[in-house]
Amino acid sequence: MHGLINRAIQCFVTDSYGQDRWVEVVQAADLDFYEFEAMLIYDDPITTQVLDAVSEVLDRPRDDVMEDIGTYLVSHPNVEALRRLLRFGGVSFAEFLHSLDDLPDRARLAVSDLNLPRIELRDHSPSQFSLICQSPIAGYGHVMMGILRTMADDYGVLAVLDHTGSGDGVETISITLIETEFAEGRVFDLGARAG
Amino acid sequence: MSVNANWIEALDTLCPMHVILSETGHVIHAGPTVQKLRPDAPFEGRRFLEIFDLKRPRAIATMQDLLAAAGTKLHLQLRDAPQTEIKGILVPGAVPGQSIVNLSFGISVVDAVTDYALTSADFAATDLTVEMLYLVEAKSAAMDASRKLNLRLQGAKIAAEEQAFTDTLTGLKNRRAMDHVMARTLDWGVRFGVMQIDLDWFKAVNDTLGHAAGDHVLQTVARVMVEETRDTDTVARVGGDEFVVILPHSKDDSGLEIVGARIIDRLSAPIPFQGEHCRVSASIGTAVFEPGSGLTAAALLENADVALYASKNRGRGRQTLYTPALRDQAQNLAPPAGRPEARSA
Repeated sequence: MHGLINRAIQCFVTDSYGQDRWVEVVQAADLDFYEFEAMLIYDDPITTQVLDAVSEVLDRPRDDVMEDIGTYLVSHPNVEALRRLLRFGGVSFAEFLHSLDDLPDRARLAVSDLNLPRIELRDHSPSQFSLICQSPIAGYGHVMMGILRTMADDYGVLAVLDHTGSGDGVETISITLIETEFAEGRVFDLGARAG
Repeated sequence: MSVNANWIEALDTLCPMHVILSETGHVIHAGPTVQKLRPDAPFEGRRFLEIFDLKRPRAIATMQDLLAAAGTKLHLQLRDAPQTEIKGILVPGAVPGQSIVNLSFGISVVDAVTDYALTSADFAATDLTVEMLYLVEAKSAAMDASRKLNLRLQGAKIAAEEQAFTDTLTGLKNRRAMDHVMARTLDWGVRFGVMQIDLDWFKAVNDTLGHAAGDHVLQTVARVMVEETRDTDTVARVGGDEFVVILPHSKDDSGLEIVGARIIDRLSAPIPFQGEHCRVSASIGTAVFEPGSGLTAAALLENADVALYASKNRGRGRQTLYTPALRDQAQNLAPPAGRPEARSA
Protein backbone atom coordinates (compact mmCIF):
# COMPACT_ATOMS: atom_id res chain seq x y z
CA MET A 1 0.00 0.00 0.00
CA HIS A 2 1.25 3.45 -0.85
CA GLY A 3 3.01 5.36 1.90
CA LEU A 4 0.59 8.27 1.45
CA ILE A 5 -2.28 6.06 2.64
CA ASN A 6 -0.33 4.62 5.56
CA ARG A 7 0.98 8.06 6.46
CA ALA A 8 -2.61 9.39 6.39
CA ILE A 9 -3.59 6.81 9.02
CA GLN A 10 -0.58 7.82 11.13
CA CYS A 11 -1.42 11.54 10.84
CA PHE A 12 -5.04 10.81 11.74
CA VAL A 13 -3.90 9.21 15.00
CA THR A 14 -1.25 11.81 15.92
CA ASP A 15 -3.33 14.85 14.95
CA SER A 16 -6.51 13.61 16.65
CA TYR A 17 -5.20 11.68 19.66
CA GLY A 18 -1.55 12.67 20.10
CA GLN A 19 1.87 11.21 19.55
CA ASP A 20 1.66 8.84 22.54
CA ARG A 21 -1.29 6.99 21.09
CA TRP A 22 0.61 6.52 17.82
CA VAL A 23 3.49 4.97 19.75
CA GLU A 24 0.99 2.52 21.26
CA VAL A 25 -0.32 1.73 17.79
CA VAL A 26 3.22 1.10 16.51
CA GLN A 27 3.78 -1.30 19.39
CA ALA A 28 0.41 -3.04 19.01
CA ALA A 29 0.95 -3.45 15.26
CA ASP A 30 4.47 -4.70 15.94
CA LEU A 31 6.06 -2.39 13.37
CA ASP A 32 9.83 -2.28 13.26
CA PHE A 33 9.82 1.42 12.36
CA TYR A 34 8.18 4.39 13.95
CA GLU A 35 7.03 6.56 11.07
CA PHE A 36 5.57 5.93 7.63
CA GLU A 37 7.26 7.74 4.77
CA ALA A 38 4.66 9.28 2.46
CA MET A 39 6.63 8.55 -0.69
CA LEU A 40 7.58 4.91 -0.11
CA ILE A 41 5.55 1.77 -0.78
CA TYR A 42 4.77 -0.69 2.04
CA ASP A 43 3.55 -4.29 2.01
CA ASP A 44 -0.25 -4.46 1.91
CA PRO A 45 -0.78 -6.48 5.13
CA ILE A 46 0.92 -3.70 7.15
CA THR A 47 -2.02 -1.35 6.50
CA THR A 48 -4.55 -3.86 7.85
CA GLN A 49 -2.30 -4.55 10.83
CA VAL A 50 -2.09 -0.84 11.62
CA LEU A 51 -5.86 -0.27 11.23
CA ASP A 52 -6.59 -3.17 13.59
CA ALA A 53 -4.08 -1.74 16.04
CA VAL A 54 -5.68 1.73 15.85
CA SER A 55 -9.09 0.21 16.54
CA GLU A 56 -7.64 -1.70 19.50
CA VAL A 57 -5.69 1.22 20.99
CA LEU A 58 -8.59 3.70 20.63
CA ASP A 59 -11.04 1.01 21.76
CA ARG A 60 -13.42 1.83 18.94
CA PRO A 61 -15.07 -0.40 16.34
CA ARG A 62 -13.05 -0.68 13.15
CA ASP A 63 -15.86 0.81 10.97
CA ASP A 64 -16.09 3.89 13.21
CA VAL A 65 -12.33 4.35 12.99
CA MET A 66 -12.54 4.15 9.20
CA GLU A 67 -15.27 6.78 9.04
CA ASP A 68 -13.31 9.03 11.42
CA ILE A 69 -10.30 8.75 9.13
CA GLY A 70 -12.47 9.86 6.21
CA THR A 71 -13.77 12.83 8.20
CA TYR A 72 -10.25 13.72 9.31
CA LEU A 73 -8.92 13.65 5.73
CA VAL A 74 -11.18 16.46 4.57
CA SER A 75 -11.61 18.52 7.72
CA HIS A 76 -8.31 18.73 9.61
CA PRO A 77 -6.27 21.88 8.88
CA ASN A 78 -3.08 19.77 8.54
CA VAL A 79 -4.50 18.06 5.46
CA GLU A 80 -6.33 21.07 4.00
CA ALA A 81 -4.58 20.41 0.67
CA LEU A 82 -6.65 17.26 0.22
CA ARG A 83 -9.99 19.01 0.75
CA ARG A 84 -8.94 21.59 -1.81
CA LEU A 85 -7.97 18.95 -4.34
CA LEU A 86 -11.37 17.29 -3.91
CA ARG A 87 -13.17 20.63 -4.30
CA PHE A 88 -11.57 20.97 -7.72
CA GLY A 89 -13.94 18.15 -8.68
CA GLY A 90 -16.95 20.38 -9.13
CA VAL A 91 -18.83 23.55 -8.30
CA SER A 92 -21.82 21.71 -6.81
CA PHE A 93 -22.03 18.65 -4.57
CA ALA A 94 -23.72 16.65 -7.35
CA GLU A 95 -20.91 17.56 -9.71
CA PHE A 96 -18.43 16.61 -7.01
CA LEU A 97 -20.12 13.21 -6.66
CA HIS A 98 -19.81 12.65 -10.39
CA SER A 99 -16.15 13.61 -10.28
CA LEU A 100 -15.45 10.73 -7.89
CA ASP A 101 -15.34 8.33 -10.85
CA ASP A 102 -12.21 10.18 -11.92
CA LEU A 103 -10.65 10.28 -8.47
CA PRO A 104 -8.19 7.39 -8.95
CA ASP A 105 -7.07 8.88 -12.28
CA ARG A 106 -6.71 12.33 -10.75
CA ALA A 107 -4.64 10.88 -7.93
CA ARG A 108 -2.41 9.11 -10.44
CA LEU A 109 -1.84 12.38 -12.31
CA ALA A 110 -0.28 13.77 -9.16
CA VAL A 111 1.50 10.69 -7.84
CA SER A 112 1.95 8.16 -10.61
CA ASP A 113 2.27 5.08 -8.37
CA LEU A 114 -0.68 5.93 -6.12
CA ASN A 115 -3.46 3.45 -6.90
CA LEU A 116 -6.68 4.44 -5.18
CA PRO A 117 -9.56 1.95 -5.14
CA ARG A 118 -12.00 2.37 -8.05
CA ILE A 119 -15.26 4.14 -7.23
CA GLU A 120 -18.35 4.29 -9.38
CA LEU A 121 -21.31 6.61 -8.96
CA ARG A 122 -24.73 5.49 -10.13
CA ASP A 123 -27.51 8.07 -10.22
CA HIS A 124 -31.02 6.77 -9.75
CA SER A 125 -32.65 10.22 -9.66
CA PRO A 126 -31.32 13.78 -9.36
CA SER A 127 -31.27 13.36 -5.60
CA GLN A 128 -30.65 9.63 -5.23
CA PHE A 129 -27.24 8.06 -5.83
CA SER A 130 -25.30 5.03 -4.89
CA LEU A 131 -21.55 4.88 -4.70
CA ILE A 132 -19.92 1.55 -5.38
CA CYS A 133 -16.45 1.34 -3.88
CA GLN A 134 -13.91 -1.29 -4.67
CA SER A 135 -12.55 -2.19 -1.28
CA PRO A 136 -9.07 -3.70 -1.02
CA ILE A 137 -9.10 -2.88 2.71
CA ALA A 138 -12.22 -3.85 4.61
CA GLY A 139 -14.09 -0.71 5.60
CA TYR A 140 -12.94 1.50 2.74
CA GLY A 141 -16.61 2.36 2.17
CA HIS A 142 -16.71 3.81 5.66
CA VAL A 143 -13.75 6.08 4.85
CA MET A 144 -15.75 7.31 1.86
CA MET A 145 -18.76 7.87 4.15
CA GLY A 146 -16.66 10.14 6.36
CA ILE A 147 -15.34 12.01 3.34
CA LEU A 148 -18.79 12.43 1.75
CA ARG A 149 -20.46 13.55 4.97
CA THR A 150 -17.84 16.24 5.49
CA MET A 151 -17.77 17.31 1.85
CA ALA A 152 -21.58 17.66 1.91
CA ASP A 153 -21.15 20.12 4.79
CA ASP A 154 -18.40 21.80 2.83
CA TYR A 155 -20.78 22.39 -0.07
CA GLY A 156 -23.60 23.38 2.29
CA VAL A 157 -25.72 20.40 1.27
CA LEU A 158 -27.98 18.28 3.47
CA ALA A 159 -27.47 14.63 2.53
CA VAL A 160 -28.34 11.30 4.10
CA LEU A 161 -25.73 8.57 3.75
CA ASP A 162 -26.11 4.87 4.35
CA HIS A 163 -23.58 2.08 4.18
CA THR A 164 -25.72 -0.57 2.52
CA GLY A 165 -23.37 -3.48 2.74
CA SER A 166 -20.29 -5.14 1.47
CA GLY A 167 -19.30 -8.29 -0.30
CA ASP A 168 -16.90 -9.56 -2.94
CA GLY A 169 -14.45 -6.75 -2.17
CA VAL A 170 -17.08 -4.12 -2.96
CA GLU A 171 -18.89 -1.77 -0.58
CA THR A 172 -21.95 0.31 -1.42
CA ILE A 173 -23.09 3.64 -0.03
CA SER A 174 -26.49 5.11 -0.75
CA ILE A 175 -26.68 8.90 -0.94
CA THR A 176 -29.88 10.94 -0.73
CA LEU A 177 -29.72 14.68 -1.24
CA ILE A 178 -32.38 16.31 0.93
CA GLU A 179 -31.55 19.92 0.27
CA THR A 180 -28.88 21.33 -2.01
CA GLU A 181 -28.74 24.79 -0.48
CA PHE A 182 -29.11 23.84 3.11
CA ALA A 183 -26.33 25.98 4.53
CA GLU A 184 -23.71 28.48 3.48
CA GLY A 185 -20.93 25.94 2.88
CA ARG A 186 -17.26 26.72 2.82
CA VAL A 187 -15.73 29.04 0.27
CA PHE A 188 -13.56 27.49 -2.38
CA ASP A 189 -11.11 29.88 -3.92
CA LEU A 190 -9.28 28.51 -6.96
CA GLY A 191 -6.21 30.58 -6.23
CA ALA A 192 -5.84 30.22 -2.47
CA ARG A 193 -2.90 27.92 -1.84
CA ALA A 194 -3.19 25.55 1.06
CA GLY A 195 -0.26 26.00 3.42
CA MET B 1 -33.52 38.25 -29.09
CA SER B 2 -31.61 39.31 -32.19
CA VAL B 3 -29.24 36.99 -34.02
CA ASN B 4 -26.36 39.08 -32.74
CA ALA B 5 -27.52 38.72 -29.13
CA ASN B 6 -27.74 34.94 -29.53
CA TRP B 7 -24.30 34.96 -31.01
CA ILE B 8 -22.85 36.98 -28.13
CA GLU B 9 -24.52 34.72 -25.59
CA ALA B 10 -22.96 31.71 -27.28
CA LEU B 11 -19.55 33.38 -27.20
CA ASP B 12 -19.96 34.27 -23.51
CA THR B 13 -20.53 30.59 -22.73
CA LEU B 14 -17.95 29.07 -25.05
CA CYS B 15 -15.21 31.69 -24.66
CA PRO B 16 -15.88 33.75 -21.55
CA MET B 17 -12.56 35.51 -22.15
CA HIS B 18 -13.34 37.09 -25.51
CA VAL B 19 -13.73 40.72 -26.56
CA ILE B 20 -15.52 42.05 -29.64
CA LEU B 21 -13.82 45.01 -31.33
CA SER B 22 -15.34 47.62 -33.62
CA GLU B 23 -13.83 48.69 -36.93
CA THR B 24 -11.99 51.47 -35.06
CA GLY B 25 -10.50 49.04 -32.54
CA HIS B 26 -12.79 49.96 -29.64
CA VAL B 27 -14.14 47.26 -27.34
CA ILE B 28 -17.85 46.76 -28.04
CA HIS B 29 -18.36 43.81 -25.75
CA ALA B 30 -16.23 41.98 -23.18
CA GLY B 31 -16.93 38.40 -22.08
CA PRO B 32 -17.83 37.79 -18.41
CA THR B 33 -14.36 36.65 -17.33
CA VAL B 34 -12.62 39.53 -19.13
CA GLN B 35 -14.87 41.90 -17.19
CA LYS B 36 -13.44 40.47 -13.98
CA LEU B 37 -9.97 41.69 -14.94
CA ARG B 38 -10.94 45.31 -14.32
CA PRO B 39 -14.30 45.34 -12.52
CA ASP B 40 -13.87 49.05 -11.68
CA ALA B 41 -12.79 50.19 -15.14
CA PRO B 42 -14.98 48.43 -17.75
CA PHE B 43 -13.28 47.80 -21.10
CA GLU B 44 -16.37 48.64 -23.20
CA GLY B 45 -15.86 51.84 -25.18
CA ARG B 46 -12.06 51.89 -24.75
CA ARG B 47 -9.47 51.18 -27.45
CA PHE B 48 -8.16 47.65 -27.28
CA LEU B 49 -4.54 48.73 -27.87
CA GLU B 50 -4.83 51.28 -25.06
CA ILE B 51 -5.82 48.57 -22.61
CA PHE B 52 -3.31 46.01 -23.82
CA ASP B 53 0.32 46.40 -24.77
CA LEU B 54 1.09 44.09 -27.69
CA LYS B 55 4.45 42.43 -26.97
CA ARG B 56 4.48 40.19 -30.02
CA PRO B 57 4.21 40.47 -32.96
CA ARG B 58 6.12 43.73 -32.49
CA ALA B 59 5.50 47.17 -33.95
CA ILE B 60 1.71 46.98 -34.03
CA ALA B 61 0.35 50.44 -33.31
CA THR B 62 -2.91 50.69 -35.24
CA MET B 63 -6.06 48.66 -35.68
CA GLN B 64 -5.00 48.04 -39.30
CA ASP B 65 -1.76 46.41 -38.11
CA LEU B 66 -3.77 44.32 -35.64
CA LEU B 67 -6.21 43.13 -38.31
CA ALA B 68 -3.25 42.13 -40.42
CA ALA B 69 -2.09 39.88 -37.57
CA ALA B 70 -5.42 37.98 -37.62
CA GLY B 71 -4.95 34.26 -36.98
CA THR B 72 -1.54 34.57 -35.33
CA LYS B 73 -0.84 34.20 -31.64
CA LEU B 74 -0.80 37.54 -29.83
CA HIS B 75 1.30 38.11 -26.72
CA LEU B 76 -0.44 40.83 -24.74
CA GLN B 77 0.08 42.52 -21.40
CA LEU B 78 -2.32 44.70 -19.47
CA ARG B 79 -0.86 48.22 -19.39
CA ASP B 80 -1.86 49.05 -15.80
CA ALA B 81 -1.23 46.96 -12.69
CA PRO B 82 -1.55 44.08 -12.21
CA GLN B 83 0.22 43.78 -15.56
CA THR B 84 -0.96 40.26 -16.28
CA GLU B 85 0.42 38.67 -19.44
CA ILE B 86 -2.28 37.32 -21.69
CA LYS B 87 -2.32 35.25 -24.87
CA GLY B 88 -4.81 36.04 -27.59
CA ILE B 89 -5.96 35.37 -31.13
CA LEU B 90 -7.97 37.66 -33.40
CA VAL B 91 -10.49 36.54 -36.01
CA PRO B 92 -13.00 38.53 -38.11
CA GLY B 93 -16.36 38.83 -36.33
CA ALA B 94 -19.85 37.79 -37.44
CA VAL B 95 -20.76 41.39 -38.20
CA PRO B 96 -18.65 42.77 -41.10
CA GLY B 97 -15.97 45.12 -39.82
CA GLN B 98 -15.98 43.72 -36.29
CA SER B 99 -13.36 41.34 -34.92
CA ILE B 100 -13.30 38.89 -32.06
CA VAL B 101 -10.22 38.46 -29.86
CA ASN B 102 -10.24 35.36 -27.70
CA LEU B 103 -7.95 35.62 -24.67
CA SER B 104 -6.29 33.15 -22.33
CA PHE B 105 -4.05 33.51 -19.29
CA GLY B 106 -1.56 30.97 -20.54
CA ILE B 107 1.01 30.17 -17.90
CA SER B 108 0.17 33.26 -15.82
CA VAL B 109 -3.10 31.60 -14.82
CA VAL B 110 -1.80 30.56 -11.39
CA ASP B 111 -1.30 34.20 -10.35
CA ALA B 112 -4.33 35.39 -12.28
CA VAL B 113 -6.85 33.26 -10.36
CA THR B 114 -5.56 34.87 -7.16
CA ASP B 115 -5.28 38.41 -8.52
CA TYR B 116 -8.80 38.37 -9.94
CA ALA B 117 -10.48 35.94 -7.47
CA LEU B 118 -11.61 33.66 -10.28
CA THR B 119 -13.66 30.52 -9.68
CA SER B 120 -14.36 27.37 -11.70
CA ALA B 121 -17.45 29.11 -13.13
CA ASP B 122 -15.23 31.74 -14.79
CA PHE B 123 -13.81 29.15 -17.17
CA ALA B 124 -15.68 27.38 -19.94
CA ALA B 125 -16.81 23.88 -18.97
CA THR B 126 -14.52 22.44 -21.63
CA ASP B 127 -11.53 24.56 -20.61
CA LEU B 128 -8.72 22.56 -19.01
CA THR B 129 -7.60 25.47 -16.83
CA VAL B 130 -9.21 24.13 -13.67
CA GLU B 131 -7.64 20.72 -14.30
CA MET B 132 -4.30 22.46 -14.69
CA LEU B 133 -4.74 24.34 -11.43
CA TYR B 134 -5.63 21.04 -9.80
CA LEU B 135 -2.43 19.53 -11.14
CA VAL B 136 -0.33 22.46 -9.97
CA GLU B 137 -1.64 22.02 -6.42
CA ALA B 138 -1.48 18.25 -6.47
CA LYS B 139 2.06 18.27 -7.80
CA SER B 140 3.15 20.86 -5.25
CA ALA B 141 1.72 18.73 -2.44
CA ALA B 142 3.40 15.60 -3.82
CA MET B 143 6.70 17.41 -4.32
CA ASP B 144 6.47 18.70 -0.79
CA ALA B 145 6.12 15.17 0.56
CA SER B 146 9.01 14.03 -1.64
CA ARG B 147 11.21 16.88 -0.51
CA LYS B 148 10.57 16.05 3.14
CA LEU B 149 11.56 12.45 2.46
CA ASN B 150 14.70 13.58 0.64
CA LEU B 151 15.68 15.81 3.55
CA ARG B 152 15.22 13.00 6.03
CA LEU B 153 17.19 10.57 3.84
CA GLN B 154 19.90 13.18 3.36
CA GLY B 155 20.17 13.62 7.15
CA ALA B 156 20.31 9.86 7.66
CA LYS B 157 22.97 9.54 4.95
CA ILE B 158 25.17 12.21 6.52
CA ALA B 159 24.82 10.56 9.92
CA ALA B 160 25.64 7.13 8.45
CA GLU B 161 28.66 8.48 6.59
CA GLU B 162 29.83 10.28 9.67
CA GLN B 163 29.61 7.00 11.52
CA ALA B 164 31.27 5.02 8.74
CA PHE B 165 34.19 7.43 8.64
CA THR B 166 34.71 7.88 12.36
CA ASP B 167 36.74 5.87 14.82
CA THR B 168 34.18 5.55 17.58
CA LEU B 169 36.70 5.28 20.44
CA THR B 170 38.66 8.46 19.70
CA GLY B 171 36.32 10.44 17.42
CA LEU B 172 39.18 10.65 14.91
CA LYS B 173 38.74 9.71 11.25
CA ASN B 174 39.15 5.99 10.53
CA ARG B 175 41.20 4.29 7.81
CA ARG B 176 38.39 4.54 5.23
CA ALA B 177 38.08 8.27 5.81
CA MET B 178 41.87 8.62 5.65
CA ASP B 179 41.87 6.86 2.25
CA HIS B 180 39.25 9.32 0.98
CA VAL B 181 41.07 12.38 2.27
CA MET B 182 44.36 11.07 0.88
CA ALA B 183 42.85 10.51 -2.58
CA ARG B 184 41.25 13.95 -2.56
CA THR B 185 44.44 15.66 -1.43
CA LEU B 186 46.43 13.86 -4.16
CA ASP B 187 43.85 15.09 -6.68
CA TRP B 188 44.65 18.67 -5.71
CA GLY B 189 48.21 18.03 -6.94
CA VAL B 190 49.83 20.39 -4.40
CA ARG B 191 52.63 19.76 -1.92
CA PHE B 192 51.50 18.10 1.31
CA GLY B 193 52.91 16.04 4.13
CA VAL B 194 51.89 12.67 5.59
CA MET B 195 52.89 11.43 9.04
CA GLN B 196 52.73 7.85 10.22
CA ILE B 197 52.66 7.89 14.01
CA ASP B 198 53.07 4.83 16.23
CA LEU B 199 52.70 4.84 19.98
CA ASP B 200 55.66 3.30 21.79
CA TRP B 201 55.04 1.07 24.81
CA PHE B 202 51.25 1.16 24.28
CA LYS B 203 51.06 -2.62 24.53
CA ALA B 204 52.71 -2.42 27.96
CA VAL B 205 50.02 0.00 29.18
CA ASN B 206 47.31 -2.33 27.97
CA ASP B 207 48.96 -5.37 29.51
CA THR B 208 49.76 -3.90 32.91
CA LEU B 209 46.98 -1.36 33.52
CA GLY B 210 44.19 -2.90 31.47
CA HIS B 211 42.12 -1.97 28.46
CA ALA B 212 40.31 0.89 30.19
CA ALA B 213 43.68 2.57 30.70
CA GLY B 214 44.62 1.78 27.09
CA ASP B 215 41.39 3.35 25.82
CA HIS B 216 41.98 6.40 27.99
CA VAL B 217 45.51 6.75 26.58
CA LEU B 218 44.24 6.50 23.00
CA GLN B 219 41.61 9.18 23.65
CA THR B 220 44.18 11.48 25.23
CA VAL B 221 46.66 10.92 22.40
CA ALA B 222 43.92 11.65 19.86
CA ARG B 223 43.07 14.92 21.60
CA VAL B 224 46.73 15.97 21.68
CA MET B 225 47.16 15.26 17.97
CA VAL B 226 44.08 17.27 17.09
CA GLU B 227 45.26 20.14 19.30
CA GLU B 228 48.73 20.16 17.77
CA THR B 229 47.53 20.16 14.15
CA ARG B 230 45.52 22.65 12.15
CA ASP B 231 41.79 22.36 11.38
CA THR B 232 42.67 21.70 7.75
CA ASP B 233 44.87 18.73 8.72
CA THR B 234 43.35 15.27 9.00
CA VAL B 235 44.13 13.02 11.95
CA ALA B 236 43.11 9.39 11.53
CA ARG B 237 43.46 6.28 13.68
CA VAL B 238 44.26 3.53 11.23
CA GLY B 239 45.13 0.68 13.60
CA GLY B 240 45.28 -0.17 17.32
CA ASP B 241 48.01 2.35 18.20
CA GLU B 242 48.74 3.60 14.68
CA PHE B 243 47.79 7.03 13.43
CA VAL B 244 48.13 8.92 10.16
CA VAL B 245 48.12 12.71 9.88
CA ILE B 246 47.65 14.37 6.50
CA LEU B 247 48.93 17.95 6.42
CA PRO B 248 47.98 19.90 3.32
CA HIS B 249 49.48 23.36 2.84
CA SER B 250 52.82 22.32 4.35
CA LYS B 251 55.12 24.78 2.65
CA ASP B 252 58.40 23.42 3.96
CA ASP B 253 59.85 20.50 5.87
CA SER B 254 60.63 22.54 9.00
CA GLY B 255 56.92 23.23 9.46
CA LEU B 256 56.24 19.47 9.48
CA GLU B 257 59.10 18.92 11.91
CA ILE B 258 57.71 21.53 14.31
CA VAL B 259 54.33 19.77 14.37
CA GLY B 260 56.03 16.39 14.86
CA ALA B 261 58.21 17.73 17.65
CA ARG B 262 55.23 19.20 19.49
CA ILE B 263 53.33 15.90 19.30
CA ILE B 264 56.35 13.91 20.55
CA ASP B 265 56.97 16.45 23.30
CA ARG B 266 53.43 16.42 24.62
CA LEU B 267 53.05 12.65 24.43
CA SER B 268 56.25 12.10 26.38
CA ALA B 269 54.46 13.43 29.47
CA PRO B 270 52.83 10.69 31.56
CA ILE B 271 49.05 10.35 31.14
CA PRO B 272 47.31 10.02 34.50
CA PHE B 273 44.60 7.37 34.77
CA GLN B 274 42.88 6.42 38.07
CA GLY B 275 45.91 7.29 40.17
CA GLU B 276 48.36 5.55 37.82
CA HIS B 277 50.65 7.15 35.27
CA CYS B 278 50.55 5.70 31.77
CA ARG B 279 53.80 6.26 29.92
CA VAL B 280 53.89 6.15 26.16
CA SER B 281 55.75 8.10 23.51
CA ALA B 282 55.31 8.67 19.82
CA SER B 283 57.52 7.64 16.88
CA ILE B 284 56.92 9.53 13.69
CA GLY B 285 57.81 8.98 10.06
CA THR B 286 57.03 11.83 7.68
CA ALA B 287 56.87 11.78 3.89
CA VAL B 288 56.16 14.66 1.55
CA PHE B 289 54.23 14.57 -1.70
CA GLU B 290 55.90 16.74 -4.32
CA PRO B 291 53.65 17.84 -7.20
CA GLY B 292 54.60 16.04 -10.39
CA SER B 293 56.30 13.17 -8.53
CA GLY B 294 53.51 10.84 -9.63
CA LEU B 295 53.53 9.12 -6.21
CA THR B 296 50.45 7.07 -5.40
CA ALA B 297 48.78 7.08 -2.00
CA ALA B 298 50.22 3.63 -1.31
CA ALA B 299 53.76 4.68 -2.24
CA LEU B 300 53.50 7.84 -0.16
CA LEU B 301 52.33 5.92 2.90
CA GLU B 302 55.08 3.38 2.37
CA ASN B 303 57.68 6.17 2.31
CA ALA B 304 56.26 7.45 5.59
CA ASP B 305 56.44 3.89 6.93
CA VAL B 306 60.10 3.55 6.00
CA ALA B 307 60.80 6.83 7.81
CA LEU B 308 58.80 5.57 10.81
CA TYR B 309 60.88 2.37 11.00
CA ALA B 310 64.01 4.50 10.88
CA SER B 311 62.70 6.52 13.86
CA LYS B 312 61.98 3.35 15.82
CA ASN B 313 65.40 1.93 15.03
CA ARG B 314 67.04 5.05 16.40
CA GLY B 315 65.24 4.64 19.70
CA ARG B 316 61.74 5.75 20.67
CA GLY B 317 60.23 9.24 20.65
CA ARG B 318 61.96 10.26 17.41
CA GLN B 319 60.79 11.61 14.09
CA THR B 320 62.35 11.07 10.68
CA LEU B 321 61.72 12.77 7.36
CA TYR B 322 61.75 10.30 4.49
CA THR B 323 64.65 10.36 2.02
CA PRO B 324 65.36 7.64 -0.54
CA ALA B 325 68.68 7.04 1.26
CA LEU B 326 66.74 5.52 4.19
CA ARG B 327 65.92 2.57 1.98
CA ASP B 328 69.65 1.74 1.73
CA GLN B 329 69.61 0.67 5.34
CA ALA B 330 68.07 -2.76 5.33
CA GLN B 331 66.57 -2.52 8.82
CA ASN B 332 64.35 0.36 7.75
CA LEU B 333 62.54 -1.85 5.24
CA ALA B 334 61.34 -4.38 7.80
CA PRO B 335 59.00 -3.70 10.67
CA PRO B 336 60.93 -3.11 13.88
CA ALA B 337 60.71 -5.70 16.60
CA GLY B 338 57.37 -5.75 18.38
CA ARG B 339 55.35 -5.05 15.25
CA PRO B 340 53.50 -8.11 14.07
CA GLU B 341 53.65 -7.42 10.36
CA ALA B 342 54.20 -4.71 7.80
CA ARG B 343 51.00 -2.76 7.32
CA SER B 344 49.35 -2.63 3.98
CA ALA B 345 48.94 0.97 2.99
